[in-house]
Amino acid sequence: MPAAIQFRNVSFITSQGRRLLDNISLTVEEGSTTVLLGRSGSGKTTLLRTVNRMVEPTSGDVLLHGQPTRNVDLIALRRGIGYVIQETGLFPHFRAERDVALVLEAQNRPRAERARRSYELLAAVGLDPATFAQRYPHQLSGGQRQRVGLARALAAEPSLLLMDEPFGALDPLTRAEMQDMLRTLLASIHTTALLVTHDLDEALYLGDQIALLQEGKLITCLPPQEFLRSEKPEIQAYIHAFHRGEREARA
Amino acid sequence: MSAFLHRYGSEIATLTLEHLWLTGFAMLFATVIAVPAGIFLTRSPRWAKPVIGFANILQTIPSLALFGFLLPLPWLGERAARVAIVALTAYALLPILRNTYAGIRGIDPNVLFVARALGLTPTQRLFKVELPLAASFILAGLRTATVTCVGIATIAAAVGAGGLGELIFRGVASVDNGLILAGAIPAAALALLLDGLLGLLERHFKIPAPDDAP
Repeated sequence: MPAAIQFRNVSFITSQGRRLLDNISLTVEEGSTTVLLGRSGSGKTTLLRTVNRMVEPTSGDVLLHGQPTRNVDLIALRRGIGYVIQETGLFPHFRAERDVALVLEAQNRPRAERARRSYELLAAVGLDPATFAQRYPHQLSGGQRQRVGLARALAAEPSLLLMDEPFGALDPLTRAEMQDMLRTLLASIHTTALLVTHDLDEALYLGDQIALLQEGKLITCLPPQEFLRSEKPEIQAYIHAFHRGEREARA
Repeated sequence: MSAFLHRYGSEIATLTLEHLWLTGFAMLFATVIAVPAGIFLTRSPRWAKPVIGFANILQTIPSLALFGFLLPLPWLGERAARVAIVALTAYALLPILRNTYAGIRGIDPNVLFVARALGLTPTQRLFKVELPLAASFILAGLRTATVTCVGIATIAAAVGAGGLGELIFRGVASVDNGLILAGAIPAAALALLLDGLLGLLERHFKIPAPDDAP
């Protein structure tokens, strides 16, 4: 069975000539969660966006279940992939109920089905539909907005979920709650997930494998335990940059 | 006062209706032209400057002169109302065009990005996202244009197109302040009324900013 996602020698060069992705090859197995880890500007978001063709690679191919994405109809491709971004991803003029079911609305599915699915998903991400379905984004907290964003990404039962720093703007406690919720959710729906973060802890907690990117290059891709044990200087540098305060306070 | 109303009341009513009719048609035409044109400009921004510039120039032509220019044109000049509606349409274009363009261009790029990433077609993006989010802007343009048009429409009486300007011009010619006011007060009231109504509509479509925490 072909892998859920396969990046084959993917490169991306901007029109100004900047090389944001440099010959990246990476395989993501069906039902697994892969974390793209790296500092700002490492190319992780750009790589994520090649999957739903919000960025078209300059060279190389992205294959979904063995099928090159460039051969798939763009609208159908995007509707079949769940997508969560960090902030302001919700439509300011939609109530949560409508926002969650927007992809279904775009597919002209019946209203009753949309409402049912919307309520089901809001409950699944831990928001009581009776309270939250009729709220606008400005009536929700940051964490609640991200929950709605996640529910929306799952509306069309995608086989693939892309998440671009979904919890980046949240306080540590809310973030931890969201990570727990996501982990439980991903385990129950068997969706393949690709998650971008710069947070090592989040990567270790959620990832089945962690791909470290640096300046557009893939440094390595390892399961969490092996990632922590790795002697690679890039990984060591990343690990050392974390919990510095904690180490110093304990010392 | 009551004698005045008794004498001019029905005429004021007729002329007010005429005034509304001229303004209404002009607004309708201007909206049908300027909203799609504004949308087009957001798609091809390099046209924005020349097109908005042209609408700007139309706006600067003195209204009496514009009515005069249009009068000798074939078909158009046959009926004064036609001349008035075309001229009023020209004046209404700029605010609607400019606000449609600015309203859509001002939408948070993140929101448009997500709309694309979720797989909305260009038409769905326009009708489900862009126009609703720009609606209060577009309505604000419509409101400015309407108030301007109600005012300028009084001058249409100079070419015989009717409307409340009729009373004003007659009042000026006969040095009758009462007659001038009989035209001017309803025209001002009409402008205020339409301004208020469109203002209500505008507020209805206003999108609360994401940071207005409850």
